[in-house]
Amino acid sequence: MMEKETVAGGKPTRPKKKFDRHRADAIQAYSFLAPAFLVILVFFIAAFVFALYMSFNKVNMYNNQYTFRGLQNYAEIFKDNIALTALKNTSLFSLVVVPCQTVLALIIAYALSSKGIRFKKLFRLIYFLPTLTSSAALTLIFMFIFNVNGPVNGFLTGAGWLTKPINFLQEPQYALKVIMVMNIWSTVPNFMTVYLASLVDLPDSLYEAAEMDGANAWQKLRSITIPYLRPITTYVLLMGIIGTFQMFDQAYIFSNGSGGPDNSTLTVALMVYQYAFGQMNTMGYACALALFLAVVIYVVARLAEKLNGGNGLANN
Amino acid sequence: MHKHTSIGKIILYVVMTIYALLTLYPFLWAISASFEPLKEIVSGNMSLWPKQFTFANYQYMMGTSAQFPRWFMNSVFVSTVGTVINIFLNTMAGYALARLSFPGRQRIYYGMLSLMMIPTQVLLIPNYLILMNLGMLDSYSSLILPSAINIGNIFMMRQFFLSFPKDVEEAAEIDGLGRIQVFFRIVFPLARPSIATQAIFTFMGFWNNFMQPMLYITTPSKYTLTLGLQSFTNQQAGVRWDHSMAASVISILPIVILYIIFNKYFLQGVRMDNEK
Repeated sequence: MMEKETVAGGKPTRPKKKFDRHRADAIQAYSFLAPAFLVILVFFIAAFVFALYMSFNKVNMYNNQYTFRGLQNYAEIFKDNIALTALKNTSLFSLVVVPCQTVLALIIAYALSSKGIRFKKLFRLIYFLPTLTSSAALTLIFMFIFNVNGPVNGFLTGAGWLTKPINFLQEPQYALKVIMVMNIWSTVPNFMTVYLASLVDLPDSLYEAAEMDGANAWQKLRSITIPYLRPITTYVLLMGIIGTFQMFDQAYIFSNGSGGPDNSTLTVALMVYQYAFGQMNTMGYACALALFLAVVIYVVARLAEKLNGGNGLANN
Repeated sequence: MHKHTSIGKIILYVVMTIYALLTLYPFLWAISASFEPLKEIVSGNMSLWPKQFTFANYQYMMGTSAQFPRWFMNSVFVSTVGTVINIFLNTMAGYALARLSFPGRQRIYYGMLSLMMIPTQVLLIPNYLILMNLGMLDSYSSLILPSAINIGNIFMMRQFFLSFPKDVEEAAEIDGLGRIQVFFRIVFPLARPSIATQAIFTFMGFWNNFMQPMLYITTPSKYTLTLGLQSFTNQQAGVRWDHSMAASVISILPIVILYIIFNKYFLQGVRMDNEK
């Protein structure tokens, strides 16, 4: 038992058998790690260094030429109107989607974890469906239900709320909103499961005590569940921010890669893709944008963490 | 007090039912459209229950369309091979990090941890060029190789092996099994629950992946399902909703079946990524 706790390499006083064991341990470990390490070396470490290198260069894909230009790619971001539009769209998207998905996930998880609720398995299966579905199928289905002749328009005109159908997919003022709805709808189950996993650990005695005091479901949610879940909420917010800032698939499929109509669905991730693969000489700039996005995500996530963590937790 | 709880419960049921209906709404319409002729779908007053029920869309997707069955099989192939490779590499790496002592273990562990923070977008561009230089673009290996491991799953396996009873290996060694045999014949089967969780989420990740196939694959016969689905949106004459909804339903079915069979593993593995 003990020999595994100590660092391999062996002091001279150690018996031979233990030393052999350490060597065998190390050999086995390195050969077990080698394949994974090779993949990490090529597609993570080398890729990251390569991205960093490209971000300081002008990359011309026609003649495979790299011209060093220092921080100019980064400086260009702030003069690029398209980048500002994309950043604005992405921030707005995140600002709407993250609070909605967090609140909905919490409410549904709370309902599902309440005692004496029946058909839990069935509800969970239904709620989980969007998580199981690929973004490609989801986006196609949402484009279908929101198309001019689709069920949503049929419902709205049928109910008399609209006089004529709206072209949700092609109108700049609606396109991003449809993607917001779709994204909230498809991410809630994921976060709901995260909440559920930790609600299992919430001691029943807390609820029972509150019930003795005559608390109703809403009061229990507000004064017990939400404070108890605050650390998880921080985590959910972080994941939500990271997810929304990287949103790509839905916007790409929705607009067929263009970010249209009228750049209204152009997210930062989609713009990175366009600069990298739509033009032949802006790959370096695209790398700078991607790294910039990574920094933005990191800063915003840290900020949200601070705000949620330093807010009322001490009271409970 | 009793009255309070029952009113509260009714509200909870109402909330849950409304949300369940909201979740089902798009799926029900998609399923409905997949059984309707296009004429009825685009008429503007389509009903949830098909007036003219037909299997023609499914027949078209699985038979007449030459491409779709091919895409389906491509997805099956890439997801299966990718998952099997992941299971071996992640489990072996996780085992080494948890159970074996070797120089540099801590450093490797923290190194991997920090790599997890790099967002996909940053790695996508260089990986495209790396794959191009390896001559792997437009091949199945371009979809499998860069995703042959998953750092998150390596950590999950490490976590699992940290609390794995040590006497198992010792007893096996006394029985005269070599280290490699111990791992593959004793440890591996005992780790089945964690491996199953990992396998399901890895398979789902490959099956639903869109970004990598979209970037790396150009030949239509090599498309995966997700890429094939997307190709429905850029038809000149407008989207064939009848075909595309049938195709969407077919693409979702395998994962739903997996979910129903392996329900408990899904719930164990509440995954931390949210890349939809």
